[in-house]
Amino acid sequence: MSYQLDFSFLAERWPDFVAGAWLTIQLTVVSIALGLAVGTVCALTRVYGGALLKRVVGVYVELIRNTPLLIQIFIVYFGLSSLGLKLSAEVSAVIALVVNMGAYTTEIMRAGIQSIQRTQLEAADCLGLTRLQTILHIVLLPAMERVYPALSSQFVLLMLASSITSTISTEELTATANLVQSDTYRSFEVYIVVALVYLGLSALYRCAFWLIGLVLFSRKRKLGTAL
Amino acid sequence: MIKLNANHILYLLQAAEWTVLLSLIAFAGGSVVGLMLALLRVSKVGFMRALASGYIQIVQGTPLLIVLFLSYFGLGILGYKLDPLVAAGLSFTIYAGAFLGEIWRGCIEAVPRTQWEASDCLGLNRFQQYVYVILPQAVRLAIPPMVGFMVQIVKNTSLASVIGFVELARTGQIVNNSTTFEPFAIFAVVAAIYFALCYPLSVAARALERKAHAGR
Repeated sequence: MSYQLDFSFLAERWPDFVAGAWLTIQLTVVSIALGLAVGTVCALTRVYGGALLKRVVGVYVELIRNTPLLIQIFIVYFGLSSLGLKLSAEVSAVIALVVNMGAYTTEIMRAGIQSIQRTQLEAADCLGLTRLQTILHIVLLPAMERVYPALSSQFVLLMLASSITSTISTEELTATANLVQSDTYRSFEVYIVVALVYLGLSALYRCAFWLIGLVLFSRKRKLGTAL
Repeated sequence: MIKLNANHILYLLQAAEWTVLLSLIAFAGGSVVGLMLALLRVSKVGFMRALASGYIQIVQGTPLLIVLFLSYFGLGILGYKLDPLVAAGLSFTIYAGAFLGEIWRGCIEAVPRTQWEASDCLGLNRFQQYVYVILPQAVRLAIPPMVGFMVQIVKNTSLASVIGFVELARTGQIVNNSTTFEPFAIFAVVAAIYFALCYPLSVAARALERKAHAGR
């Protein structure tokens, strides 16, 4: 055992890693935003929608949550293109991530929405709020506040899962690592570097979600003070 | 060009056996690592707690795909033959250990304080407390989330295909590349097989959860 770790490739290739990490960030931010939108709409449908729509959402959630993301990515990228719908790797990756993220977010948001008490809705009715106003101000924000920890860890998991999109040649961080290791033959070192970058990204995301939470759920009025 | 036929489906079903085997290895290995981590996490020694939580933070902050590459190439430079089953088994043990460790820690901590105090009063030592009082109760709490996590393991074994382990996802690719070219149909079949493996587990996890909460 006389293996010497050699990180000298970094001097030359670090811009590749930065570019890869940047694409990972772009992919995941877009997927998180769209996935959250899909999940919220589906969760609202699942709680307040008609029987048929509830069933459709239920089937969507179960199908996605019980199949691997890898296969979902393959179906979007290879499957859709064989049916004549040619999509670039990045677009396919985002579609697959959004569909996947939407299913998980639906379940999380549903728990939040169901935790809003009936009395809150009745109070909103009494105040003469429209259905849309009630959903926006009375249901969604407090619901999201309650499940925010679960949501943000799901977002971090999505960022980590985006590494799987490297299998369809999306040039994100993991794909960059695969490329650099095949050029330099320093596979172990390359993946150590990338693991550290992912750890840094996880910390960054957690920090960012914490800050967003502070802004989004800042109480306008301190509890217990007069109206 | 050969069309997708019953033989391909049989071939995929055979490959699913490897998916099941790898899932079982992951679950068994992960259970051993997870139990150790959970016990370290509730240890009275600060250093032990820090060690276990550091491990969990690192594994949960790194994609499983990178863990797979690291063990595949890491084993290689340590001079072992690059056997995908060994590398995959090792990675999934590392990965499942971190998550099962957290599940069990939660369950150990959920056992009421009074149980510890009562067993203290009975003069049990720490080992006896765990074996006779705490763990039997923690295990009952842990079963629903463990079954739920099994679903994650089964799905994630598909990533082992990337380091050349021939399981269900890899076989799907092989069938797609070599014999037919109907990716939509093939991967739909693959997805259906995964669904057939995972859905019963999901349903069971939910039923167990409801049962566990029924008494309260």
